[in-house]
Amino acid sequence: MSAAPPEIRVNTEMAAPQQAGSGDPAAKSAEPSEVRKYLLSRGNSAFGDRAFHVLMVLCSLTIFGIVALIVWQLVLRSQMSWHAFGLKFFFQRFTDPDTHRSSFWDPIGQQFSALPFIFGTLVSSFLALLLAVPLAVGTAVFLTEMCPKILRGPLAFLTELLAAIPSVIYGLWAVFILIPQLREHVNPFLISKFGWSGLFDDTNPTGLGFVASGIILAIMILPIISSLTREVMTAVPHSQREAVLALGATRWEMIRMGVLRNARIGIVGAVILGLGRALGETMAVTMVIGNSAEIHKSLLSNGASMASVIANEFAEAVGDMHLSALIEIGLALFLVTIVVNALARVLVWAVTGGAPRQAH
Amino acid sequence: MGVGIEVQNLNAWYGSNHTLQDICLNISANQATALIGPSGCGKSTFVRCINRMHETNPIARVTGTVRIGDVDIYKDAKPVEIRRRVGMVFQRPNPFPTMSIYDNVAAGLKLNGYSNRRALDEIVEKSLRNSALWDEVKDDLRKKSGASLSGGQQQRLCIARALAVDPEVLLMDEPASALDPVSTSKIEDLIFQLKAQYTIVIVTHNMQQAARVAEQTGFFLNGRMVEFDTTHKIFTNPSDKRTEDYITGRFG
Ligand SMILES: Nc1ncnc2c1ncn2[C@@H]1O[C@H](COP(=O)(O)OP(=O)(O)OP(=O)(O)O)[C@@H](O)[C@H]1O
Ligand SMILES: [Mg+2]
Repeated sequence: MSAAPPEIRVNTEMAAPQQAGSGDPAAKSAEPSEVRKYLLSRGNSAFGDRAFHVLMVLCSLTIFGIVALIVWQLVLRSQMSWHAFGLKFFFQRFTDPDTHRSSFWDPIGQQFSALPFIFGTLVSSFLALLLAVPLAVGTAVFLTEMCPKILRGPLAFLTELLAAIPSVIYGLWAVFILIPQLREHVNPFLISKFGWSGLFDDTNPTGLGFVASGIILAIMILPIISSLTREVMTAVPHSQREAVLALGATRWEMIRMGVLRNARIGIVGAVILGLGRALGETMAVTMVIGNSAEIHKSLLSNGASMASVIANEFAEAVGDMHLSALIEIGLALFLVTIVVNALARVLVWAVTGGAPRQAH
Repeated sequence: MGVGIEVQNLNAWYGSNHTLQDICLNISANQATALIGPSGCGKSTFVRCINRMHETNPIARVTGTVRIGDVDIYKDAKPVEIRRRVGMVFQRPNPFPTMSIYDNVAAGLKLNGYSNRRALDEIVEKSLRNSALWDEVKDDLRKKSGASLSGGQQQRLCIARALAVDPEVLLMDEPASALDPVSTSKIEDLIFQLKAQYTIVIVTHNMQQAARVAEQTGFFLNGRMVEFDTTHKIFTNPSDKRTEDYITGRFG
């Protein structure tokens, strides 16, 4: 504008601001009020506060105590196998001196190694994550960003219902429905299309194995991942979505940049929780994994997980060494869970540490 | 080059709350237009109708015609196309907390697949200089997150983000409400420069600011547009009594 800015008339007759909060006009009476007397009579409540503090400390110590007790018992009862095999317990493979067959797990010959079970646990859990994470995040995106409002509640409820089904039911469903389907349709398809990769060998006609347990685990961890993901996505403020939309983003771009990006730490957390459940899941896996202590490249072959071998053999262990080895596997499962959680934390740090974090 | 905006019989609702009633006005190209009015009168709602942001609220509804250039935005265009032409600075700063300052500014371009690094660097610097933020952040462009800035810095970051996509229309909803006088006058200078290329709509509670930057001013009250005229006329000789009362502070 070339013209000089127009003058603005300013109202000078504004009322002077009231002196608020400058003290109660009513004169203070000498006698304290009923309320004041009551409050004074209560003292400083230091004892109650102290007692509450001690109680809370005790509660949290109980948890530590239980964990410590578990670890101690596991360590104590696995001493025998630990002394017999040492660290080799976790990666050795034996050759039977008579039959010259190599194996990992031979209760009769008193030879034990946890390697195939660690392998089985990790492979089936990661397979489960591979299947469950895209599905769970997709479900969460659909439910929070796209789904018509009336369907949102029922659909969310249905996904969460999956978490309430006992795992033995999943196992039964897998045995009667999933395994036959895999055997007849899915596995032949995988073998013919992806057999070249070596990951799908036609050596196991049962339909049991890592693929089956991966699928079952995926279904089981889906609800926890998707409901937590939904939670963190809903927590992303609306202004973030608007900010992206105002830049001309499509709906997908808005979800990617405005929602998923802001929610990514929470989503990683959800995945970790899902993984935790997959690692320890016992019943359903025992029913479908095939239970053989071997290591094969093929995902269609039978295997066993750390939890499944314990469930299978603990009750009928042949001798103390066998029992001790199983308990050491339990201890190892405990450690693997801790290591995976630590790794996941490192991952979170790597995802967020390089890039800027939230406001400090 | 900026384009004109023609608004006819615009009505907007939040649920059953009839927030804007029969708004008609013409916003000229390559000028700044100020919108003033008491809190809650519908200024933000009005600006949000110009880039179809209003309808992102599930309870919101809008009727009427808004033409930007020769495009009837509610008939002939998808919201995405409109928003690529119409930049917006929100009343409350909303930088992306998980992105660096650089990425915040480049967000609109990256979103649209623009990936020429050299050009991006230049655009980011230019946008930050224009929004008077460059000197404060140039040393940690990639280190600091958008949320690590102060409120006023965040607002200037959002202005830079809007400028980076080189819009034809720039909607600014109280862009200076969180800024100190120095940054405010920098933003006002910027608005002055930008008028050459953009059409600017600025909501403000600061009369002096409206008077300084805008050629035209509209006065809103209770969801209606009471008066729309040249800024000079509005501030020196308003034709409506209510406008005069508001401007002189005798309102209500
Ligand atoms: N998200 C919303 N949901 C429901 N009603 C809303 C919403 N946003 C605004 N409103 C209502 O719409 C009316 C106009 O609001 P608007 O934000 O447009 O006012 P404004 O003029 O921008 O005020 P201010 O100067 O305080 O920013 C208000 O009465 C408000 O209650
Ligand atoms: Mg507003």
